[in-house]
Amino acid sequence: MLNSKDLLGIKELTEQEILLILDTAAGFKDIIGRDIKKVPTLRGKTTVNLFFEPSTRTRTSFELAAKRLSTDVVNFSVPTSSVVKGESLLDTVLTVQALGADFIIIRHSSSGAPHLISRKLRASIINAGDGTNEHPTQALLDAFTIKEKKGKIGGLDIAIVGDIAHSRVAKSNIYCLTKLGANVRLIGPPTLIPKEIEDLGVGVFHNMEDGIRDADVLMMLRIQTERQDKGFFPSTEEYSKNWCLTSDRITLVKDNAIVMHPGPMNRGIEIVSEIADGPRSVILEQVTNGIAVRMAVMYLLAGVKR
Amino acid sequence: MNVLIKNGHVLDPSQGIDGPGDILIEAGIIKEIKTGDALARDEGAKRESGSGASGIRTIDAGGLLIVPGLIDMHVHLREPGFEYKETIRTGTLAAVKGGFTTVCCMPNTSPVNDHASVTEFIIRKAKQEGHCTVHPIGAITKGQRGEELAEIGTMKSEGCIAFSDDGQPVMNSTVMRRALEYSKAFNVPVISHSEDLTLSEGGVMNEGLIAVTLGLRGIPAEAEQVMIFRDILLAELTGGRLHIAHVSTAGSVNLVREAKKRGINVTAETCPHYFSVTEDAVRGYSTNAKVNPPLRTSRDVEAIKEGLTDGTIDVIATDHAPHHADEKSRPFDMAPFGISGLETALGLSLGLVEEGFLTRNQLLERLTVNPARILGLGKGTLTAGSEAELVVIDEKREYEVKAEEFLSKGRNTPFDGRVLKGMPVFTICKGKIYEW
Repeated sequence: MLNSKDLLGIKELTEQEILLILDTAAGFKDIIGRDIKKVPTLRGKTTVNLFFEPSTRTRTSFELAAKRLSTDVVNFSVPTSSVVKGESLLDTVLTVQALGADFIIIRHSSSGAPHLISRKLRASIINAGDGTNEHPTQALLDAFTIKEKKGKIGGLDIAIVGDIAHSRVAKSNIYCLTKLGANVRLIGPPTLIPKEIEDLGVGVFHNMEDGIRDADVLMMLRIQTERQDKGFFPSTEEYSKNWCLTSDRITLVKDNAIVMHPGPMNRGIEIVSEIADGPRSVILEQVTNGIAVRMAVMYLLAGVKR
Repeated sequence: MNVLIKNGHVLDPSQGIDGPGDILIEAGIIKEIKTGDALARDEGAKRESGSGASGIRTIDAGGLLIVPGLIDMHVHLREPGFEYKETIRTGTLAAVKGGFTTVCCMPNTSPVNDHASVTEFIIRKAKQEGHCTVHPIGAITKGQRGEELAEIGTMKSEGCIAFSDDGQPVMNSTVMRRALEYSKAFNVPVISHSEDLTLSEGGVMNEGLIAVTLGLRGIPAEAEQVMIFRDILLAELTGGRLHIAHVSTAGSVNLVREAKKRGINVTAETCPHYFSVTEDAVRGYSTNAKVNPPLRTSRDVEAIKEGLTDGTIDVIATDHAPHHADEKSRPFDMAPFGISGLETALGLSLGLVEEGFLTRNQLLERLTVNPARILGLGKGTLTAGSEAELVVIDEKREYEVKAEEFLSKGRNTPFDGRVLKGMPVFTICKGKIYEW
């Protein structure tokens, strides 16, 4: 059983809850691998995808997860909604709830937006990414993928490379992987790694070679080019020279190491195509596993007593 | 209004009074203040005659503290322009509830108080509807844009007692230099909202681990300190009168302390929230703890208290910044900065006496004579002949802060539910007696 009706972040989960979600996801992965991919588990429930930021893969993944559990799914499209007329976030979500939503999947540019609405709603809130805070289902699907490939998470050396400061994916992964006992190393330019983050029990490296040496897992993050305009690094060329996962650098990791990326990728900037498409890459499996993990989250939240 | 306040303990740092005393008020003026020997003789005489004057209300202040009305040199009354947040009427009512009989309102209204016509409006409105005395603070620059000086001289003639672009720093160092130079002609302080906007850069809380774990953009202490240091250097260069608003960091306290040692003409204020609560209050995305400068660390809180103890920080002001509940119900990064502070300031400040950081007398100095001196106001005193502006405080009364019962329109406080000790029971101001 999960303790809360909402999935707001990995911070709020215990190790046991994370493991429960991963175990449950394994069952759903079997289902979505079948010819008939749908189960009637949540028939009659309604899911609303409420994305205030553009997203294709996460929204589609949630939509498929909800449909395979037989819930009705509505995509609340922000550009055509009353939000552009100045409606407040709370008014929008109260309206969505009044329309009968049981699950509200929210992505918002403000950190804490899911926490704000969760206090006001009976519906289950699932955080699909809030500002630079968390993206919990991404971390859960990453953990699921690592566990599937490596058989365990505890004790693994896992390196996360890129814009840690602005990445909700990195944050959720740090919480998730450290709770599961992995050794997490963060790699990137000092401008993109907050100095306080070491207090979360992770190692920090600014030199890529030092950071990835003998790693079991490499997680590459998307580098956003607008960070260059804000002066976090001088150019994407210089960024790549120092922190791109290249064929030379990949020789430093363990022989059986895997390479991950939450997508969408900037090929040639943070990762070269030879690796993204190579034998170590599990990037497309991450996408597939995302559906199973999101089904598990919805299924478990539906069982939480109100 | 004729009142005799008897049996109380009078505390008036302006006259060095700290003992039992009676105060007689006639027609809104302090007629007589009797302490020490005079009081004893009076008591004896009265027992003989067995009568008191007639037509006088008598307040028995036994066990209570009688102090000069508190002066808050930093509030936002929001009028004109943002009456849905606060008005001169509601803001001054909250003030007298909090024990303040004089407030100084910042110019970031709409229109900005950067012109004598706006000053005149505020003063007129305050005379008509205000529950306490209101002194406007004029903008340093036109529109608070930090580019051209506002008409400081003319606004002073109309009633502005200090100048500040509060809410916005004067980023251009030459403009700030000119302000400190020019204001010398009119002997008015320039109040610095010390924030380097290029360093705070859209931050919404204190920079540090909590900001990282909440995914909120941080404001480093250095954003404040860089500007305080700049303004201290400019005060040294110009000889102008510099007052630093809302000091929030340990580093800022050190900068002001050093500057005072070097004899620079600088004074400083802090606010109750900077010595009563840390950035921890932001956890859970609590927008009522969103304030600028942001709540800092426990190390900063300790340094602020030490700065108050040794006199580095001259004044406690509230930076009363009321906002509408709808605005504070936005996601954290979109909610406005500010704490509604008038009605919790005294209780929180008395906590410093309880903790031993200040004597009662020192606390009162920071709430009365010091702001009066900085602003050139003949207030904050109980001397005979002065207008009766005073507060009777029950130091021992404990109460729970209930934001929904605030008289201010702004219920945005991080102290809702906190138990405070010490509250005003009477406020006398502008010829009226408020009994709480």
